[in-house]
This record gives sequence, structure tokens and C-alpha cells, in this order.
Amino acid sequence: MLELIVTSTLNGVLFGMLLFLMASGLTVIFSMLGVLNFAHASFYMLGAFFGFQISRWFGFWPALIFAPLLAGAIGAAVERFGLRRVHRNGHVAELLFTFGLAFAIEEIVSIIWGKVPVDFRPPELLDFPAFTIFSTNYPAYKMFMLAVSIVIFVGLLLVLKRTRIGLIVQAALTHPHMVGHLGHNVERIFMLVFGVGTALAAVAGVIAGPSLVTQSNMAAMLGPILFVVVVVGGLGSLPGAFIASLLIGLVQTFAVSVNGSLASVFGPLGPDLAQSWLSDIWNVTIAQIAPIMPYLLLVLILIFRPMGLLGTRET
Amino acid sequence: MKRLLAAVAIALPMLGAAASAQETVKIGYIDPLSGGGASVGEGGLKTFQYLADELNAKGGILGKKVEIVPLDNKTNPQESLIQAQKAIDSGVRYVTQGNGSSVAGALSDFVTKFNERNPGKEVLYFNYAAVDPVLTNEKCSFWHFRWDANSDIKMEALTNYMKDQPSIKKVYLINQDYSFGQSVRTTARAMLSKKRADIQIVGDELHPLLKITDFAPYVAKIKASGADTVVTGNWGQDIALLLKAAADAGLKVSWYTYYAGGAGGPTAIKQTGLNHQVFQITEGFANVAHKESQDFEKAFRAKVDLSLWYPRAVNEMRMFAAAAEKAKSVDPVKVAQALEGMKFEVFNGGQGEMRKDDHQFFQPIYISSFGEIPAGQFDEEKTGWGWKQVAKIETDKTILPTTCKMDRP
Repeated sequence: MLELIVTSTLNGVLFGMLLFLMASGLTVIFSMLGVLNFAHASFYMLGAFFGFQISRWFGFWPALIFAPLLAGAIGAAVERFGLRRVHRNGHVAELLFTFGLAFAIEEIVSIIWGKVPVDFRPPELLDFPAFTIFSTNYPAYKMFMLAVSIVIFVGLLLVLKRTRIGLIVQAALTHPHMVGHLGHNVERIFMLVFGVGTALAAVAGVIAGPSLVTQSNMAAMLGPILFVVVVVGGLGSLPGAFIASLLIGLVQTFAVSVNGSLASVFGPLGPDLAQSWLSDIWNVTIAQIAPIMPYLLLVLILIFRPMGLLGTRET
Repeated sequence: MKRLLAAVAIALPMLGAAASAQETVKIGYIDPLSGGGASVGEGGLKTFQYLADELNAKGGILGKKVEIVPLDNKTNPQESLIQAQKAIDSGVRYVTQGNGSSVAGALSDFVTKFNERNPGKEVLYFNYAAVDPVLTNEKCSFWHFRWDANSDIKMEALTNYMKDQPSIKKVYLINQDYSFGQSVRTTARAMLSKKRADIQIVGDELHPLLKITDFAPYVAKIKASGADTVVTGNWGQDIALLLKAAADAGLKVSWYTYYAGGAGGPTAIKQTGLNHQVFQITEGFANVAHKESQDFEKAFRAKVDLSLWYPRAVNEMRMFAAAAEKAKSVDPVKVAQALEGMKFEVFNGGQGEMRKDDHQFFQPIYISSFGEIPAGQFDEEKTGWGWKQVAKIETDKTILPTTCKMDRP
């Protein structure tokens, strides 16, 4: 039992931190630009595929640096030449634009790299078990993922809250004209923020690629859950996204390990009811519904605390 | 005169080419080409295209060119029906599909109803991989033919092997939450408890189909249960990710699988270091000692850069050609009648038969294990490891009764 609790906690934290790495970019973009970027997970996928391609040519470490830069540059270009024009037509147009972009990126990726998973492996340097708990190994690579996520979280917080750049960036959202009059190029700030946000997603992609599978549907698989993280954490709140990521990682992992069902708590249904439609609901285990738990959480949060855990404004 | 002859000599083959180009036999390939099943769907497509090329090189079927029409169903039954209708509208009279018994069930119903309503325009459904037994039992259809052994046949063979392994004491079942996965879990439970009452089932897990990105929580649970053996029908990315998570966590158990050989599986097994402890049940594999299939495998890998996952696809296409030649027609009704009860020398060697009662193909079945292999044999995914035969079940030992009551036209 203790073994299961310890390993599940670790697994939950690991998955949660990976989610955070992706959600952080989405949160930054949303809090700064007010754009809910549907294509965010696509940049995560681009990161993974660029990472795969660059690591094939130059090795993993250059890939970790150059793939996010490349994806970030594409992100910045998307903002400069796409979003900025679309922005004039309001938020719905923006949403639809990023929504379409997600499909376009998926299609392009599957044309270039095919639909079969590519063989993206962790660097040999990190290909060993870091430590063993109750005879379960934890690969060094996963610890590396954890470390990168923490570094990025702390770094982002510091930049946004403690530096001049962060100050200008925050001000540019609420008072763009004021910031403009002070001599800052607001449009360029927006472009850079979008680029940094998508680069963060790409970092997550390069890191997660070897650990999960790198294939052309990976964006579609993680996309929806990112929105859960961002909404549950509170739109635009970085610490909120951090807490929500961990929460969702843990909820999902622990739910998998629980075999209980209504039947096991309240006893099986009477023989006359066993064949009815109720028996299905009665006998479904928590483990079976684990994958929908985050969405359940989303619904509950939207009902009882619409601004999210740490959100500041009603949206 | 000479010039005229020359002109005719040039024009005739062109006329012939034009005529035969019009008369192609189109086979609609309805399988996932995107989403979680894409890796297997894409592999299957390349296999069928290779086989169509092979037939065309020999002059096609009754002189008609064979063409594979790829249609993406996203492993979704509803989407499959749309694709099937689209295919039929464009002149397809044969569809083939394999991944997902939920899809197969929907397609089989669809084709059966379509044929009732459109006499003279019948469509045949060739199933090369969907192994839910219900398709050839209660829900059997005259228009459906299955080349893969159904999951009951495979489980029967697998448990016959497992019952003689004294090291198996605690078994964990993990399967995808849909008709096929559920049928694997129930038959595994029933057959194991009948053949080896002392074996304990320490876990029986169902998880969503092709939606899990990280199996680490499931592997933690397997480990906590103290299982020494896992039985799973998982396919596509679900088996690759499951094995990968097991490799990361260092889970040391024996694996009895249906599809560990699919894309990504062999790489993950190599990482676990489970030398000859992952077993797979199939109708064939690269290292079967049979010269013709090995030659085919060599040529196939050279051209497609994949291992042949579906020896049954070879049987399907070659039997289709043979049946059309026997019927002297590519009309689906006549081909179906020719296929019924047809005996056929299968790809990996040995006699197979398409049972008339339920349209289930019976063939020799192999249990193989993955690990180190003698030099010169086929490895998988460039791991250096390959499949080695541990047991062969002859055709007559694989035959199970059917409950099918078929309506024939």
C-alpha cells in the first residue's frame, strides 16, 4: 500500500510538472495578450519533432536549445503576420484562427514526418535509473524533466515579478496606450511574449518527446487537458497553473490506482437490480474513469469558483 | 504497310492499357491514418499497397489492375461508415479493415444492410485483424470474411502454453476498454481458471482505448499487485507505451501479448531487457523456417522499411485473387461463394481453410518470444533482437465451434 502511494505520488508529480511546462506558455500568452491559443499544444508537438530532427543531426543537447528557438520564431511570426491582423476582428476571430492553425500544423507535421511514431530517444548521458524505490526504477531522464520544469517555473516567476521587462510586459496588457506613450514598442512586446510562450511549449515537447511518443497526434492528445489546467488554475495565473498541473497529475494517477467502485463501498446491488442499467454505474471502478477526472474537476471549478483556484478576475 | 504495322504495334498496347486502367479492382482500405491508431494503420496501408503491386506485377486479378484506396477512419465506427459510403460511391466493391473490433462490428452491419438494399451492387468486407469472436458468432454475416484467428482461438492456444509454465502464479490482466479488450479479459479469466485453478488473477484492468499518454500509474499498480505475468490484448500505441513505461520502471514480469510486435513494441522490450520473456501469438513472424516467406520478408523490408506485421494480409490478397480466378469473375457474390470453404497454402507454410459456416479462416498459429536471436535471422526495429518460435499449433488444433447461423443470398 505504502509502495503504491509513494510511486503514485512520484508519477503524479512527474506528469503534473510536464503538464505545467506546457501550460506555463499558454498561461503567459493568455495573461499577457488575452489570447487563448488553441494551437499551443501544436507548438509542443513542433518542439518534439524539431527536437527529434535536430538531435538526429547534432545530438540531443543542441536540440534542447535550438528546437525551442525555432518553434519560438515560428510562434513570433504567427503573431506578427497572423494574429495581429486577425486581432482587429475580435476574440472570436482569434480563437478560430488558432483553432485552424492547430489543424494545419498537425497536417503539415504528418506530411513531413509521417503518422508513424518517430524513434526519438533520451540522450545516453541520462539513460540510466536515477534511483530505486520499492524496486521501481525512476529513470534519470524523468528527474531531468522534473528539474527543467522547476527551473522554468522559478525563472518565469522571477522575470515577470521582479524585473523591469516583466513590469513593462504586464503593463502592456492593461494599459497598452500608456506603455506606448512611454516609448515602448507594444506590438513588439506582444510578439516577443507570444514567441516566448510557444518556445516554452516547445521545450516541453523536446523533453517529453523521448519519454512519451513523438507522433503527429500528440498535440491532439494533450491539447484538451492543457485548457483544464489553465482554467482550473485561474486564467492567467502562473502559480495557479502550477498548482493545477500538480493537482491534475496527482488526481489522475491516484484515480488509476483505486479499484473501488460504488459497489465495493455500498455493497453489490440486490439480485433483482443486478441486470438493470444501474449495474453498470454501480460497478464502474474509479480506475476506469480516471481519464475523465480532470474534466470533472473542470466542470466543478467552473460551477463553484469560475475564476479558478488562484484567478483574480471573473471572465 | 510497315508504318501502319508499327503504328498498330504501338497503339495496341496503349489501347490495352487504357482499357485495363478503366477496369481496376478497387479495394477500400478503411483504417486509422491519424490519431492513436495511425502507426498500425499506416503500416497496414503500406503492406496492402505492396501486395497490390505484387499482384499487378503478375498481371493483376483476371487481368484487372488492383488499386488500394486509403480511407482514414480515425479508429471511429461512425467515421468508418462515412468512409465506407464514400468508397462505395466511388466504385469500390471490396473494403478491408482490421484495427478495432468496434469498427469491424459497425462495418459488418453496414455492409450487410447495404447489400440487402442494393442487390446487384454487393460489397464484400475483408477483415484482416479485428478479432472479437462475436463477428463470426452471433453477429456473423455472409459478407464478412476474417483472416486473423479470433481472440478465443488465440487465447485457447496461449493458455494451453501457459498452463505448462509452472513459474506462472500471479497473473495481471490489462486491456483496452472496448469489445475486444473485454473479450480478452473474460476468456483469459475463464480459460485460466479452468486449465490452471492454482493461478491467481491479481488484477483485471480496463483502460480507455488509445487515449493514455503515460502508463506509469498502471505499471505502478501491476508492480504493487505482485504479479509475475501480464496478459494483454493491447495494440497500437497502447502496447508500445505500456511496455515503455514498464521498461522505465524496471518491471520484471513475463508478458503474454497479442500485439507486442507492433510499431514501437520491440524497441520498448529491448529497453526492458526482458530477453525471451515477452510472448506474442500470431499466425506467423519473420523467422518462421520457411524459405518463401523469408524471401518475401527480405524484399518487403528492403522496399517498405517495415517488418511484415500481417502475414494474414498476404493470405487475404492472394486468396482474393485465387477466388476471383476460380469464380472467373470479380463480382463480390461470386467471389464470396468461391472463398467459402476454400483451402489455401498459407504464407508461412501449411494448410489453411476458410470455414464455410462462419467465414473464419483457420491456419497454423505460432507463439514466439522476443529476444536474442542467432546471427543472420531477422531482427525487429533495428534492436538486434527478434522473434523466436516457442510453440506451433497446427490448423486442426485451433478449430473452435461457432454459433453462427448465416443467411446466404
